[in-house]
Amino acid sequence: MSDATFEDECDVNQDDSQEDVMTPAELIAKLEEAWLNEKFSPELLENKAEVVECVMEQLTHMDANLQRVKKGDMKASIHRMEIDRIRFVLSSYLRSRLQKIEKFFPHVLEKEKCRQAGEPSLLSPEEFAFAKEYYSNTEAYLKAVALKRMPPNLQTVDMLKAVPEPCLDSFVFLRAKESQENILVEPETDDQREYVVDLEEGSQHLMRYRTVAPLVSTGAVQLI
Amino acid sequence: MKHASTVFPFHRVIWLNCLPSPRNEAKAGRTELIPSIKLRHCCLLRNQRCVVAYLYDRLLRIRALRWEYGSVLPANIRFHMCAEELQWFNQYKKSLANFMRSVGGGDGLDITQDMKPPKSLYIEVRCLKDHGEFEIDDGTVILLKKNSQHFLPRWKCEQLIRQGVLEHVLS
Repeated sequence: MSDATFEDECDVNQDDSQEDVMTPAELIAKLEEAWLNEKFSPELLENKAEVVECVMEQLTHMDANLQRVKKGDMKASIHRMEIDRIRFVLSSYLRSRLQKIEKFFPHVLEKEKCRQAGEPSLLSPEEFAFAKEYYSNTEAYLKAVALKRMPPNLQTVDMLKAVPEPCLDSFVFLRAKESQENILVEPETDDQREYVVDLEEGSQHLMRYRTVAPLVSTGAVQLI
Repeated sequence: MKHASTVFPFHRVIWLNCLPSPRNEAKAGRTELIPSIKLRHCCLLRNQRCVVAYLYDRLLRIRALRWEYGSVLPANIRFHMCAEELQWFNQYKKSLANFMRSVGGGDGLDITQDMKPPKSLYIEVRCLKDHGEFEIDDGTVILLKKNSQHFLPRWKCEQLIRQGVLEHVLS
């Protein structure tokens, strides 16, 4: 999606604001990778707040540059299109994360609570605030409408049990970005046995998400 | 109906609780009542589950409305919701707005826009109802009159298309 025009539009910005060396093209590739993974994985993945922030910065910067270009310039409309497409990917990425947070909110918050001190959080601070508000809002609503009228021993609902968990056994398409050996595939039914597979670099597979979940988070495979 | 474009009128749930509490009976030594108490408890649990499922499903539909219509709901839909649901909707709206404002540090990003991948910068739209004057980015003001056709930047009219003011003309 990103092309040369995008790069020369952004290189002014690069020297002063980017501490780590990452070209805009790499940044967009990173965003696309995170977007696809998030879109196809059944559970919420680790947040990529720094990528989101950088892309946002680039977008505002490109927008500001476009304001200076004179009207009716052919180049300007190509850039405008590019901005639109990047913004779509970014919005879609954030949307699918938010959808998952809403769908699995008790589990997401539970995971966040159990997290060890050093571990990176799944949620960005904004997402965490959103999830907490969503939880208390929904709980308050159920209480106000129905639960407070029920007998005392039925006035609480265990949200963790009531809201379905993400189905980690669903199948996903994936492409191996690095060669992986000895991936243990656990048996699905009782009469099957576990076995190991090797993933060759660049090969594509259809597997259960649970098997490849750690590889997705390290970035060794890409969901497609 | 997975993608709700409307919600049905709200039915207030009336919880009937006419049986004695199980604990008191057990304490009173009337053990012969325990099976029926257990049965009753299971029924109560089932009823609770049904009530909560009904309410939760409505919430999910109301949530979908926020994404479809924007933050102001049409009156006929608002009419179908109870006061608590409206309250939930307002709170949800607020949380979502807070989230969108804080994304990425700067001015934030409206993620309810750009629902479909952009194909072209400008699209041909037809007005389905009178909307009045409408300003586009470069300052030009156009009059959206019923049945008039315009060639507009897509990012400006996405919201109006979803609200049913404009219709995307595909030729």
